[in-house]
Amino acid sequence: MREKELEKLKDYKYGFSTDIENFKAPKGLNEDVIKFISNIKKEPKWLLEWRLKAYNRVKVLKEPDWQKPKYPKIDYQDLYYYSAPKSFKEKPKSLDELDPKLIETYNKLGIPLNEQKRLNGIAVDAVFDSVSVATTFKDTLTEKGIIFCSISEAIQKHPDLVKKYLGSVIPITDHYFATLNSAVFTDGSFVYIPPGVRCPMELSTYFRINASDTGQFERTLIIADKGSYVSYLEGCTAPMRDENQLHAANVELIALDDAEIKYSTVQNWYPGDKDGKGGIYNFVTKRGLCKGKNSKISWTQVETGSAITWKYPSCILQGDNSVGEFYSIAITNNHQKADTGTKMIHLGKNTKSKIISKGISAGFSDMTYRGLVDISPKSSNSSNYTQCDSLLMGNKCGAHTIPYIKNKNANSNIAHEATTSKISDEQLHYCQQRGLNSEEAVSLIVNGFCKEVLQQLPMEFAVEAQKLVGISLEGSVG
Amino acid sequence: MENFKTDFEKTLKNNNLSEKEIAFKNFNAKEFSSHGFPNRKDEDWKFSDINQIIKKEIGELNFYTEQLKKGEINKDILLNEIEHNKLIFINGQLVQIDFNSEDKGKIEFLDNQNNIDEQLADNSLINLNNALSNKSYKLLVKKNYQLKKPLIIYHTTKSELTSQNINSKINFELEENSSLKLVDLVKDKGNKNFINIFYNFSLEKNSILKNYKIDQFENDNIRYMFNNIKQSSNSVSETFYLSKGSTFSKNEIFCDLKGEHSSAFVNGIFSLNKSKHHEIKAKINHLVENTKSYQLVKSVLENKSRSVYQGKIYVDSKAQKTDGYQLSKAILVDETTEFNAKPELEIYADDVKCSHGSASGSLDENSIFYLMSRGLSYKEARELLINGFLVEVINQITDEPIKKLIKNLYGLKNEY
Repeated sequence: MREKELEKLKDYKYGFSTDIENFKAPKGLNEDVIKFISNIKKEPKWLLEWRLKAYNRVKVLKEPDWQKPKYPKIDYQDLYYYSAPKSFKEKPKSLDELDPKLIETYNKLGIPLNEQKRLNGIAVDAVFDSVSVATTFKDTLTEKGIIFCSISEAIQKHPDLVKKYLGSVIPITDHYFATLNSAVFTDGSFVYIPPGVRCPMELSTYFRINASDTGQFERTLIIADKGSYVSYLEGCTAPMRDENQLHAANVELIALDDAEIKYSTVQNWYPGDKDGKGGIYNFVTKRGLCKGKNSKISWTQVETGSAITWKYPSCILQGDNSVGEFYSIAITNNHQKADTGTKMIHLGKNTKSKIISKGISAGFSDMTYRGLVDISPKSSNSSNYTQCDSLLMGNKCGAHTIPYIKNKNANSNIAHEATTSKISDEQLHYCQQRGLNSEEAVSLIVNGFCKEVLQQLPMEFAVEAQKLVGISLEGSVG
Repeated sequence: MENFKTDFEKTLKNNNLSEKEIAFKNFNAKEFSSHGFPNRKDEDWKFSDINQIIKKEIGELNFYTEQLKKGEINKDILLNEIEHNKLIFINGQLVQIDFNSEDKGKIEFLDNQNNIDEQLADNSLINLNNALSNKSYKLLVKKNYQLKKPLIIYHTTKSELTSQNINSKINFELEENSSLKLVDLVKDKGNKNFINIFYNFSLEKNSILKNYKIDQFENDNIRYMFNNIKQSSNSVSETFYLSKGSTFSKNEIFCDLKGEHSSAFVNGIFSLNKSKHHEIKAKINHLVENTKSYQLVKSVLENKSRSVYQGKIYVDSKAQKTDGYQLSKAILVDETTEFNAKPELEIYADDVKCSHGSASGSLDENSIFYLMSRGLSYKEARELLINGFLVEVINQITDEPIKKLIKNLYGLKNEY
């Protein structure tokens, strides 16, 4: 038995689960559960009302069904909407009070929560099932006036900021999953960078789904005030289970005048086993608003996990001269499915956007790039460049490109390019001739194919991502 | 839809139909009345909501077409530049068939050839066509015969005839080693009709089809043309659209490459002004190995006009060594115009070469400056650049006399 489990873990090394006592809300989605969540987090009245408003909309909204990967109907009444380690009923004041089992879990994941042990200065906010367990390097950040904490804490300590910005990019009148998240979100990260401050270290959140039958609904809110800069990283893992688990997070970014936000994701949720059993449904809404002049938002994502990935990190370029960027690598293997891309909505003058998307599909998987570039009539002198390349391995998989291009402004330019190909025999032959075996050769070529995107990642993440690319494709050649 | 029911019954009565055909028409009528006209909620009609457009331009539509009493053909509409075979339609009714320059034994032109089994799902406009087109014709080109002259189909309307919805349908069958050059010429000063034309092509081994659709002359009709092409091995289809004259036009092409080494070429020009709204939608299905498709669509948009290009390349998992290419470019001449594109790839085979590109923007000011500094006026410089931009597409036409004809019609000098 043990051996069998070990064998399983070879494929997905984060697939273990932690045996920890959990404190859960009753199963199901109803007003009482929302009140329960709000109550346990001691939320102010306005937030509960906001949640209930969202919930009332969820009741009448229909789940969208236009996406390419179809999935069996989710029974929303059969999920736990809140799950927390029992030791968290009273939030521990410092890391010393933290359940050792939790610390061990994060050490296994390679995320030491202990500050002294950190080699490189990355401040981490770790989210375990529904709650944020620890945030590191708080003091250094507070000195600069940077607020980096869990969103529940921010609701208590900085209610004005939260009230002002929460829902300003993803309102409760949005699509089904985003609205559901607004109703039941449990925790997540909150970042506020004050005017003129350049955040001295990478901020990072680590998401972990542990309990079974839970849906993870976290909410991240990042505000970069005038002239500030922040780079933010997000990583995710989950144990291996035969069931499908839902992850429907909302991420809102707001960049004011001259501010820049760089948001990087390495998504490594459990993708399901070789036959497509189990795995996470990753239905995330990520949207950034370039609100001020000369602001910039840049999304970088490496998507290797999840049974189904369905997300479109977007930029609304409202401020004049604002810039939106999207760099993405999506890899699907076995029976994974992905429908991902971006939306660039140009509203301000002289706005620029750039989309580089690389898709790799192998095995029986299916990958879709779906993107929208919309230049409104008022957005003159704007430009967009889009490049989406797909690589196919084998003839049981699929790669699709569905770009929507809308140009309503005569002074603006849109250029779009897409190619689909396979790794050529010449390339493979060349590498093999020089002593690489076929898997190493594929890994090398794929890394070259992805280089443009990998370069955008912060150093530590780039190394991890590069390895991940190799692992995800293991067994897909030959 | 009230109109439709009564008008449909009236139409049925006027035609002598077999029981089988009545059943076929009834079925299609039922399909159409349950779906109605497509609207923006249908993915394929996202950019061109024909339901709204018909409401806005025509209002409540009548579906009944008065029967033509021995009609006189206005000689003005005929093209004199090249010798050709003719089919002349007036309000969807065929009034002249002329294949005088061809070998009589080698071609057949037949009446009432409804292909009753064939069904194209999810297209209520084809249902409408099947229900109401009063006759369904078939042109058969026999083995090893190449038509000597091009065939020009004139699509005209007569304002004396009351009709608002005009449907016509022709099936073409090209047997082995045969070839056909087909020109569709839209020439009418119609008064706000909705014209729905449906062609079925079946291309046998080694056959060649060249179809040029010319909508050059100003008219205020709403037009929908559907080409359904099935290609066997080694066959070639070339489709060219000059999309300019009508108020609204949507040209759709659905092409199955079923035989190895078959290829399909789709080229199109949009040259629009005055709030016109035109669309080309192409879906090419690569179903077997070693097939090729090429699409090139260019737009020049002025004065509140809008063009839409939706192209899709589908590659089946069996269709290795596919070569697929799509390119769409647009020049937005002034502020009020809009270009929408959705170039799609759906690929299930790995050893393929597929790419698409799309670019849109304004006229290049630097090029205008260059030409003006060499003595051209602003207007001349602009015209030169636009014509140069569009002529690339016209030059894709493989038939020299027709290329010349189209350049003439469009008003391009021969030096382009």
